[in-house]
Amino acid sequence: MLWPFFQWCEATAIGTAIRTSPWAFAVIESVHLLALSVIGGAVLMVDLRMLGFGLRNQRVVDVARNAFPWLVGSLLVMLVTGIGLFLSEPTKCYYSTAFWVKMISLALAMTFTFTVRRKVTTADEMALRPVWLKVVALVSLTLWFGVGAGGRWIGFSG
Amino acid sequence: MSFLPFCQWLAETRGSIALHESLYMYPLVESVHVLTLCLFVGMSVMLDLRLLGWTMRQVRVSEMTNRLMPWMQAGFAIMIVTGALLFYAIPVRSYQNIFFRIKMIMLAVAGLNACVFHVGIHRRCSDWDLDRVPPAAARLAGSASLLLWAVIVVSGRMIAYNWFDCDKQPQSTFINWAAGCIVPSTELRTRISSP
Repeated sequence: MLWPFFQWCEATAIGTAIRTSPWAFAVIESVHLLALSVIGGAVLMVDLRMLGFGLRNQRVVDVARNAFPWLVGSLLVMLVTGIGLFLSEPTKCYYSTAFWVKMISLALAMTFTFTVRRKVTTADEMALRPVWLKVVALVSLTLWFGVGAGGRWIGFSG
Repeated sequence: MSFLPFCQWLAETRGSIALHESLYMYPLVESVHVLTLCLFVGMSVMLDLRLLGWTMRQVRVSEMTNRLMPWMQAGFAIMIVTGALLFYAIPVRSYQNIFFRIKMIMLAVAGLNACVFHVGIHRRCSDWDLDRVPPAAARLAGSASLLLWAVIVVSGRMIAYNWFDCDKQPQSTFINWAAGCIVPSTELRTRISSP
């Protein structure tokens, strides 16, 4: 069902331009990696705090509020560059298990981050049992790890 | 003195060949190296942004460095071990790769920047610990660190591309010099005589 869409993506002007350029993929991928570093920091700061590590003298709410703009900003860069990378080789991605692992993890990670995790990190800490903070942090780390590991493995498959 | 004979010797060792030819170990080591970016560079970025006064402004700088340092050190250790293994798997090509050389030089500069920060403005940290925007010297160290790590990440990624590899001749004299390529004299002569 999705196959025609993937083929259409491959034929787009942007996809073709990135694929035929000798350096475009490398440049976009570098920006993707730079944004990975930032999003990694923004996610880890908060998740580690929820697990009781890192800036544990600060309130979760404060750490999360400070990290939030960097999380959203780097995520946007990740999405834009990620779409660029995808458009250059959609039919390869279609047959890559790693790609689908990444996409499913990404959908889950984003949904979880902007609903449950956002709610927990903006709520009054005292109203929550600490164990729930830890559970949320572990789910967040697991989902984002799936995105990262899946993403890296796209390059090894095919 | 050249490092090349050592790299050539290393490339012939059993461990190097095994890692180079492995189906899963090499990609696994590389994945750990890349994903540890989140831990090591991610934490460094957060610290640098605090030094610039762009995030966590209400947090003491000393608290940031004390709390994040163990995580950064752990991340750095993983980076060094996996990075050394990646070099061990492909020593000669890495050594003669211009991006690898840029990366190593920038690593040294980043280390120097960190040292200057620690023996310099960070010594007097108690004077400006709670400044929402730290003094110029600290901001400079933070910006330099951000820039250097960005160059290190990008050049690290570029090592994978063979645009300037020694076996892809002709290359410009500058590239051959910078990458330490040993160009056979006959090839050199044809290159100079060709229009």
